[in-house]
Amino acid sequence: MCGIVGLFLKDPALESRLGRLTAAMLHEMRERGPDSAGFAVYGPARNGETLVVLDRSGEAAWPEIAAQMGAAIGTAVGCRPVGDHGVFQIDGAAGPARDWLALHHPGLVVLSYGKRMQIFKGRGDPDAVAARFGLAEMTGSHALAHTRMATESAVVTEGSHPFATAPDQCLVHNGSLSNHNRLRRGLIVNGIRFETANDSEVAAAFVSARLSEGASLAEALEAGLKELDGFYTFAVATADGLAILRDPIACKPAVLAETDQWVAMASEFRAIAALPGVESARIWEPEPGVVHAWSHSPHDGRRQAA
Amino acid sequence: MTVAPTPNRAIPGQNTTEQADATLVDLAEGGVRALNSLLHGTDDGAFRVVNPNGAHAVAVGLNAPLAVTVEGHVGYYCAGMNKAAQIAVMGNAGTGVAENMMSGQVTVHGNASQSAGASAHGGTLVIDGNAAARCAISLKGADIVVGGSVGHMSAFMAQSGRLLVCGDAGDALGDSIYEARLYVAGTVKSLGADCVEKEMRDEHLAEVAVLLARAGFGDVDPVSFRRYGSARRLYHFEVDNAGAY
Repeated sequence: MCGIVGLFLKDPALESRLGRLTAAMLHEMRERGPDSAGFAVYGPARNGETLVVLDRSGEAAWPEIAAQMGAAIGTAVGCRPVGDHGVFQIDGAAGPARDWLALHHPGLVVLSYGKRMQIFKGRGDPDAVAARFGLAEMTGSHALAHTRMATESAVVTEGSHPFATAPDQCLVHNGSLSNHNRLRRGLIVNGIRFETANDSEVAAAFVSARLSEGASLAEALEAGLKELDGFYTFAVATADGLAILRDPIACKPAVLAETDQWVAMASEFRAIAALPGVESARIWEPEPGVVHAWSHSPHDGRRQAA
Repeated sequence: MTVAPTPNRAIPGQNTTEQADATLVDLAEGGVRALNSLLHGTDDGAFRVVNPNGAHAVAVGLNAPLAVTVEGHVGYYCAGMNKAAQIAVMGNAGTGVAENMMSGQVTVHGNASQSAGASAHGGTLVIDGNAAARCAISLKGADIVVGGSVGHMSAFMAQSGRLLVCGDAGDALGDSIYEARLYVAGTVKSLGADCVEKEMRDEHLAEVAVLLARAGFGDVDPVSFRRYGSARRLYHFEVDNAGAY
């Protein structure tokens, strides 16, 4: 099964409530994916980049790792532990930090990196995962969240969605892919680093690869229609965009809703039912095999459909 | 897509007299199980259900001539297995609305998600807006009238009953169809295996007029519809196809 929710704010006045609204949406989808959950929040831009890292062992000495990392890459690095995650604040690009971690702490799993996006995930009740990481208190412009009922790979924290395979990019998936092993081999050759054996991470990497080649978010997903074999509803977020795609058979559900203040996506309407102004929202089921995309327009400060 | 007709009809539970007498059920307070228990224990009467907020299985398994109005959007399987009741959804419906309906009438005033009216044996399902993929899949005798368009694989393996679409139909309409009759006013993206266009004779025009009137779409001209049904080529084994097995 799995449940997906996405909230993309057009009205900056709602940004202080992003986490609270997303947590309420996630709560409605917990029955669709009770084994684990995760979320990505696009918060205010900071100086430098943020790296969110999962420690499966429970033994990571975060302050020491941060100090060694900072010395190795030559920038100031701070680390805030949250549950079994370490949130590294790097005074510069996250790429060298990620390389250093892979070399010196190969047991740690990088969940996200970028200027604005932070991903948190965990096993168990989705509400408990959201509470553990303080989702309701988070602010920002858009968020994706996922409740997982695992099919293709193990129920482990790193197998939870969203998957990030490039800075400030992530994907959540309801469904399963059947050609992910072949695609993963090709993407590894092209330099993508995978953190798990999960099929959905391959979809995330496929989109990242197309984006890095210069495709728009909509073009990247359209390419996926040809290459990704399986069942899916995808929601993909970038620093300034959100896109939705269902496979042409459309076995997996999706509902979209839009007002002047926000665009919302969910596996079922009940996740959208409590959003402010929903009574005047345009509500529709996205057509199978058609990309729906929105972006924050940089030109006039307003946010519009792409 | 053709323009959806404007429905002209009385809505069960919506006229003033009925509304005044209707029993109000707030799903935000009682939940779906309490609602369905109440409806299963009643022989007649009108009910107004408020705050459905996308809940699943609203008003399923009704077995009496009740008038139920749901004021909002519903989730999966609303009005499933309905027998005798008149159920109106004043919003959108999720997957499988009126699935396995036996009799009565279910009216969705917004859009319906996939598999609307799946396996319905009798009664009438009216959808004012669009229905998504697989509308009327495995239809077994009910009538389904859609004011807008239907998605791909609609009327897949439909055995009996009628599907009338005022808008367009998606890919593979009527794939592997048995004896259900399909009427579409707009374009059909493609026909499924063994589904063919058939002649509109006088009895079909009359049948379309009756269905439109029952759905409250009396202002739509029956002449605008084309008929589709089974070519009956899949009914029997063809020895020439033996090599395909």
